[in-house]
Amino acid sequence: MTSQEILREEPSRGSFINDPRIRSLFFQTLVVILVFGSIWWIVNNVIENLQRLHIASGFGFLRSRAGFDISDTPIAYTSDSSYFRALVVGLLNTIIVAVVGIVLATIVGFTVGIGRLSQNWLIRKICTVYVEIFRNIPPLLVIFFWYSGVLAVLPPPRESYHLPFGSFLNQRGFYFPRAVWGDGSWLIAVAFLLALAMAWFVARKARQRQMSTGQQFPVFWTSVALIVGLPLLAFLLAGMPLTLDFPKQSTFNLTGGFWVKPEFLSLLLALSFYTAAFIAEIVRAGIRGVSKGQTEAAGALGLRSGPILRLVVVPQAMRIVIPPLTSQYLNLTKNSSLAIAIGYPDLTATAGTVLNQTGQAVEGVFIMMIAYLVLSLVTSAVMNVVNAKMALVER
Amino acid sequence: MKHIAIGILGAAALGFMASAASAGTLDTVKQKGFIQCGVSTGLAGFSAPDDKGDWKGIDADFCRAVAAAVFGDASKVKFTPLSAKERFTALQSGEIDILSRNTTWTSNRDSALGLDFVGVTYYDGQGFMINAKKLPGVNSALQLSGAAVCVQSGTTTELNLADYFKKNKMEYNPVVFEKLEEVNAAYDAGRCDAYTTDQSGLYGIRLTLSSPADHVVLPEIISKEPLGPAVRQGDDQWAHIARWTYFALLNAEEAGITQANVDEMKTSTDPNIQRILGTEPDGKYGADLGLSNDWVVNIIKAVGNYGEMFERNVGSGSPLKIARGINALWTKGGLQYGPPIR
Repeated sequence: MTSQEILREEPSRGSFINDPRIRSLFFQTLVVILVFGSIWWIVNNVIENLQRLHIASGFGFLRSRAGFDISDTPIAYTSDSSYFRALVVGLLNTIIVAVVGIVLATIVGFTVGIGRLSQNWLIRKICTVYVEIFRNIPPLLVIFFWYSGVLAVLPPPRESYHLPFGSFLNQRGFYFPRAVWGDGSWLIAVAFLLALAMAWFVARKARQRQMSTGQQFPVFWTSVALIVGLPLLAFLLAGMPLTLDFPKQSTFNLTGGFWVKPEFLSLLLALSFYTAAFIAEIVRAGIRGVSKGQTEAAGALGLRSGPILRLVVVPQAMRIVIPPLTSQYLNLTKNSSLAIAIGYPDLTATAGTVLNQTGQAVEGVFIMMIAYLVLSLVTSAVMNVVNAKMALVER
Repeated sequence: MKHIAIGILGAAALGFMASAASAGTLDTVKQKGFIQCGVSTGLAGFSAPDDKGDWKGIDADFCRAVAAAVFGDASKVKFTPLSAKERFTALQSGEIDILSRNTTWTSNRDSALGLDFVGVTYYDGQGFMINAKKLPGVNSALQLSGAAVCVQSGTTTELNLADYFKKNKMEYNPVVFEKLEEVNAAYDAGRCDAYTTDQSGLYGIRLTLSSPADHVVLPEIISKEPLGPAVRQGDDQWAHIARWTYFALLNAEEAGITQANVDEMKTSTDPNIQRILGTEPDGKYGADLGLSNDWVVNIIKAVGNYGEMFERNVGSGSPLKIARGINALWTKGGLQYGPPIR
């Protein structure tokens, strides 16, 4: 019997013990005291023990000189920089691999997911095999597969593969020419932004016109022309301020150009191909989740299969797809900590080194947890906004 | 929130374990009947399992020596392989009783990490190894500007590497892994041009490469790496036992006591030898340490003296063939010096 049933049988007459509101208040207070009490006790215990064991504590070490080098540094960093900056470098590396990975995984995932529903037998089977292979292998093995199985067996730097456009591929990574922008290149950036704004404006106008008059406008091709054409025009006007820095052979490695290291490449490929397999399934489920009647109704209205997919099926499928997609993005971000196995200096690896050089394990682990927590919460927040945009607008 | 809670619980576990272990390591060890010894994940000559799974090397033997001193039985030791990153936490948390894992003694580690180094069982220095077949003409570390260098993370090596290249105004590309095996594999696969770690380590690692003869260790020594065992700070008795086990090994070598002649030596009338072996009438140097009076006899019977330990594991009796060099006794121009047992 619950307290409410008792209450119905014998109404309380001012007794505190039987008053459900006071009871619930009492138990809630008790839970709060227990939770915070145990947290306080645990934290206190840790601090006391650290002191007793003569282990330094506190976050003062963050300002000390790091003393070690990091291979991938998106921001200026030398061994003279502080531990804090080393951690920031690690965090940025994590963000870079996560963002690029999410984009790549989404593209591959959507392609494969739609491919699994293809009318073409071969495409359908290839996509199924892909999903079943990558979904059923632990991500760490996929990383090792790319690192030791694919990239490590490439030739040494002196015997690099020469690829088109002055690029090279060898076991030290992938080298390609880097664009060096000269004077006046800001004009191109401005033209690009302007083109984006104009494309958006055109799309809006075209939509309004279609709503009011039913006449269509080739928005896609106009946008492409704007986004490609305007920067190109600016490029020519500014006197082609672009030179290419080609990678060249030096004593040990190739120097110059843009260099993607095998650690980054294998982590990126592994994470995105692994996650893409899950995304493909989510996309397939999303499209399957849209009732067949919707497609048939759209067909009855005279829409062709392209517009049916684009205007009717996908918008409805997205509502099913986005929430689980968010989880996959979070998984990818967190799986990036497997980078430690192949020496990509992500947050876990860098914080691990800091932790070991300073010996302050509790603080190091705490920083790592907070950083991943914040990353994940930001990702969820962004995806929630997208989800809200996609939600059914009731008229 | 969940993550934090788990983390704090983990941190608390560290607190619990430590409080349990700090109740006198000697008593705890005697109670459980063995010494838990932290070693490397496999560094030839220092601590590496052989084909039967027995741990071999100077570092492993040092733990056996401590076990022999405490229990009179060198087999009462269990080994925990640790990565460079895990080692200090393992000692702090009480997971191991002694860390004997080619660890460099530095002021920061001695003062801020809650551990105490007991001595220098091997004086080492950091060097570089390259593949001479792939890089003919490189015969000095000063020619390495622009090279990719393989190094293990969380080591003093990593810090010395940065300092050395900075000091000599050279550039390099660090390729950093957490585990020794990963560094070895990457170097062997040609991911980097040079491998840097303690020179003794380089000789050991070279043996494990696919074609050892192609690789040469460059002459430069870029740092001081005094390697030695460490114990938890704040347990003086345990630190004394570890420290004097090391000194006993040195004193035995100096006095000419070996694994072969230790039983004969017990009848010696030389007062110094009598003091070392605990045969001096009314001597209680062992008992003062909390051990039996024949503790040194047990140590020497188990692992031999320091010189024997050295030659067997890294010297002429081993594939490494490292010369005694600065690790010779002070009487022979080296740095190994054991304060007297008296």
